[in-house]
Amino acid sequence: MISLRRISRVFTVGDEQVHALRQVDLEIETGDYVTIMGPSGSGKSTLLNMIGLLDRADSGKYLLEGEDMTVLNDRQQAALRRHKIGFIFQFFHLVPRMTATENIELPMVLAGMAASERKKRVGEAIEAFGLANRARHRPEELSGGQRQRVAIARATIMQPHILLADEPTGNLDRVSGSEVIDILENLNRQKITLIMVTHDPELGQRARRQIKMVDGRIESDC
Amino acid sequence: MKLPDIIRFAYLASTGYPTRTLLMLLAMAIGAGSVVTLSTLGDGARNYVVSQFSSLGTNLLIVLPGRSETVGGPPPLLGITPRDLTVEDALSLLRSANIRYVAPIALGAAPVSRGRLEREVTILGSTPHLYHIRQMSMAGGRFLPEGDPSRAASVCVLGYKIKEELFGNDSALGEAVRIGDRRFQVIGVLAQKGQSVGLDMGDIVVIPVASAQALFNSASLFRIMIEAVDRDVLPRAKETILKIIRERHDGEDDVTVITQDAVLATFDRIFNALTLTVTGIGAISIAVAGILIMNVMLIAVSQRRTEVGLLKAIGAPSRQIITLFLAESAFLSIIGATLGLLLSVAGTGIIERIFPDFPLDIPLWSLWAAVGISLATGLAFGVLPAMRAARLDPVLSLSRR
Repeated sequence: MISLRRISRVFTVGDEQVHALRQVDLEIETGDYVTIMGPSGSGKSTLLNMIGLLDRADSGKYLLEGEDMTVLNDRQQAALRRHKIGFIFQFFHLVPRMTATENIELPMVLAGMAASERKKRVGEAIEAFGLANRARHRPEELSGGQRQRVAIARATIMQPHILLADEPTGNLDRVSGSEVIDILENLNRQKITLIMVTHDPELGQRARRQIKMVDGRIESDC
Repeated sequence: MKLPDIIRFAYLASTGYPTRTLLMLLAMAIGAGSVVTLSTLGDGARNYVVSQFSSLGTNLLIVLPGRSETVGGPPPLLGITPRDLTVEDALSLLRSANIRYVAPIALGAAPVSRGRLEREVTILGSTPHLYHIRQMSMAGGRFLPEGDPSRAASVCVLGYKIKEELFGNDSALGEAVRIGDRRFQVIGVLAQKGQSVGLDMGDIVVIPVASAQALFNSASLFRIMIEAVDRDVLPRAKETILKIIRERHDGEDDVTVITQDAVLATFDRIFNALTLTVTGIGAISIAVAGILIMNVMLIAVSQRRTEVGLLKAIGAPSRQIITLFLAESAFLSIIGATLGLLLSVAGTGIIERIFPDFPLDIPLWSLWAAVGISLATGLAFGVLPAMRAARLDPVLSLSRR
């Protein structure tokens, strides 16, 4: 259960104050499937980063599973990002010098998990995402779809409750894009809360709940 | 995060950017290598000088006329010239049980000639004990004979160089040479031993001390060389010498006794300072390498902004990011320092080949110092880049490609 109350976020660009979020109120149930749409600069990415604890609100209150997030320090927030939240990006953000396996393993390495457990989980993930013959390849040797599948495997390897995807198909062709969406929706069926930012109205309409943002405000929510 | 994982991460990050890594390793290797090589050279110079002095004899004491300490006050202008040391002073020292050999030494220069060959040579007047004290060896014949030191026998021992100049390849034993206006019979030739602290032992003529005093028309001695029975009794021997001479000189302390140890200790100090100085110069080059590391790591941080952002997104707190970047600079420093040690071993080997007489042993402390300074520098100069990485805003770093 995600609960945002009167969240505001202001960026200072040059002399100007840009209101990325204006007093946003939002509640998202556990296991829900939500898409956030809207024009560029409407604050959808900021909203996603806010939920993912990558960004701090200037005012307002954010409760994640009943806990107040606004009072946590860097370490506590990092721990929550590690265990409860998975990120998927438009540009994948795989570490270029690491193989697919190593990229998927990275969150568990940071968490200090034992090597045997890591190996077991990575093996399962690689199997599940159909990457078996690509496991030892570096990102540059993978296709876009494969890269995004590696990124999803990495985002889900710590078994998070929430999956945040920022334009996950924005850099993919149609076929790999729908493949990625299938994977994400499949994960949602396994009770992971899926929140996706997208430009693509067709994609947006697949979700149970669609939020439209304009100018830092939620314009429609249905 | 577990230590092996941190090291592995640092390793992967280092090998991921080979040019950068190579440059940093090179800088660190040169720094660490120069620390070790320079300290080895300094240490070698010290050992060389010390070994030169040790060849003089280890339990050596030297008595000089006059007091060398500065006591302040106006310099003695009238009547207080130090009393001369005499042969009798020297012989009286044999009373002490702590003393094995005593060699009074009268030194001067006189023309030495044979036939039409003549040359000015250092003449050393002494007793048979000198042979043991200076650890001499003979090329032929014998050294000065035992007997009453006050007897001015007309015999002499030639250094090998003067022997060659006067006699060439002929035998000199039994032949006569003229020293000053007296004739001396050659009874021995010294073996070639080389320099012995400034005095070329090949280019001297040794005669009995009484003969030298007659030759130079002076009853005083240049100095007295003494060998104690043991290294441990050196301080006691020194006391005894001072006491005996004081008794003989009407209660006046007018001689200076220096020990080999004191001379050695002085040189030791000088060369230690020298070694530390050149090591310090090497350490500066490590510091320069450290600044290079900082530069390159700062570039690495800005190159890897998205990676840092990603690490934060998947749950790395700021402290972990700092750890990872510090581990990377530490990793590079240690590898660089290790390469530097290998480099210095190779360099020392080459120098040893060129100067085989020069004793070169890499001092153990310099290895630790080189690695320690490298690591400390790597960490110190890695802090700023690591902090910068930790402070990156994840949203900004992830929003760019």
